[in-house]
Amino acid sequence: MTEVSPKMQDQSYGRDQVVKIINSVLSRAEQPRTEQITAIYGELIELKRIIEEARAEIGATRANEISEKHIPTATDELDAVVAATADATGRIMDSCDLIEEGASSLGNETGEKISAEVIKIYEACSFQDITGQRIQKVVGTMRTIEDKVEKLVTALGTSGKGGQAGEEEDTRSPDEKLLNGPQLPGNAISQDDIDRILSEA
Amino acid sequence: MAVDKNMNVLIVDDYSTMLRIIKNLLKQLGFNNVDEASDGGMAYEKLTNKPYGLVISDWNMEPVTGLDLLKKIRASSESFKAVPFIMITAESKTENVIMAKQAGVSNYIVKPFNAETLKMKISAVLGEF
Repeated sequence: MTEVSPKMQDQSYGRDQVVKIINSVLSRAEQPRTEQITAIYGELIELKRIIEEARAEIGATRANEISEKHIPTATDELDAVVAATADATGRIMDSCDLIEEGASSLGNETGEKISAEVIKIYEACSFQDITGQRIQKVVGTMRTIEDKVEKLVTALGTSGKGGQAGEEEDTRSPDEKLLNGPQLPGNAISQDDIDRILSEA
Repeated sequence: MAVDKNMNVLIVDDYSTMLRIIKNLLKQLGFNNVDEASDGGMAYEKLTNKPYGLVISDWNMEPVTGLDLLKKIRASSESFKAVPFIMITAESKTENVIMAKQAGVSNYIVKPFNAETLKMKISAVLGEF
């Protein structure tokens, strides 16, 4: 996760300082013309410096990674959760259908008891619909954040790629770097692929 | 009056899992003639082609929502204008219920629900069975 640098947190510039400079510029309007121009020029240079520093700080946070990497990855993972639970629910209900058929064919009290329990399983399966809707809401919120970050980066005229700070340092241990599962369907290899790789050794 | 369990029932939901759950629960309750639609538009088309004794619909669907479907049915001059309509939805805010009531909903079930609730609401709309 990209963190806000201590410099950005500590520095006193920001909205208050910009407001202070603007007020100062306005107060110069009451001074004689030559003094006005010189002072206003100085204030504008200061304002420019603050804006450039702010842009550099935002760039260093690699804001573009939020919209280009972090949020798309998270939404893909959530979409995969919805798909996987839908698939699992479908298979549970397939089994329920078979159990129900068997129970009905018994035509006795045991069959009725089994049918009653199968109904409870069907009822419980509605969790997939509820969780699916909740996840879709989260995905929608994340896409809104993604959109707003993109607009912020565009408005500030920064690439957001953090050229000064360089690549984000990966502080994970070698073992942790290997652990990226569960893989999304398109990014994974199959068990057959794994078996083939192992058998080639 | 006894409920005719051979009546055609139309269930509407954009989640295939939910359609399957409702269909199975209806089957357990003795309703075997169940048709499915995945949004309000498709449901309206089915209503124009076949007589239904009951519509059970989700609210949150695209492009035509359950509420849009209900309004369209109640505003129509077709024979199905007064068909019993049960809304099954995760939208459980008071304003949602009021809006559905104003649109002419017959009953309202909040997800998640069980077979007993479904039976109770169908009985409230069609009569005991």
